[in-house]
Amino acid sequence: MEYILVALGGFLGSVLRFYIASIVDRRLIGTWAANVTGSIFLAFIVYYYYNGSLTDDIWLFLGVGFCGAYTTFSTFGNETLNLIMEKRYGLAIGYVLSSLFMTLGGVFVVMSLL
Amino acid sequence: MSDSVNWKYLLAVGIGGMFGAIGRYFLSIIIVTNELFPYATLTANLLGCFLLTYVMNHSILKQKISPEFFAGLTIGIIGSFTTFSTFSIETLELIQQSTTLALVYVVGSIFGGLLCCFIGYKFAIRK
Repeated sequence: MEYILVALGGFLGSVLRFYIASIVDRRLIGTWAANVTGSIFLAFIVYYYYNGSLTDDIWLFLGVGFCGAYTTFSTFGNETLNLIMEKRYGLAIGYVLSSLFMTLGGVFVVMSLL
Repeated sequence: MSDSVNWKYLLAVGIGGMFGAIGRYFLSIIIVTNELFPYATLTANLLGCFLLTYVMNHSILKQKISPEFFAGLTIGIIGSFTTFSTFSIETLELIQQSTTLALVYVVGSIFGGLLCCFIGYKFAIRK
């Protein structure tokens, strides 16, 4: 049962990430947007899960499955390496730092406000 | 990429995403999770970085498999196997325990991930 919930969340998360990347149609922006919004969304889910408002099933579906699959680290790393190999160092550093700043900052803000 | 948004690609990515998420969840169960350090996520992210860059740069692999299957493998399976959201949450939780460990986790993920990508690239292009 756990695996089915994680799989269903994973299906929706990866389809949404793919869909956003397709409509944005510019490299980096789609992954960046998914990682930032997904991290902030997960911060809410973690909060409500820890305080007992969400069941384990919802956590597996939304937290592990959906948010986990909607955001991605491998594409982020692959895109950064491509920028480095194209010698676009400024953009590579900007991509990494803005991803970290926005995701960690976003999670921090959510955790502080709730 | 816009013209590739059709149900075949969406389905391939979605099915791939199911397997990627299950793989990540399975890893989080078998890797001994202690309160100190998020080894499971780090393992999934580093392994996924290696695999994605390997597959993306492997010329024969790309020719042999259909574009839908390729999207399912890269964007679906590997994309959903790795995660950024869990990484961010774990980093913020680590900061509350130890700033040093949080820094090790972030730097290790970023530079380790880039290194694994680079190794994957080298493996893919070797003759």
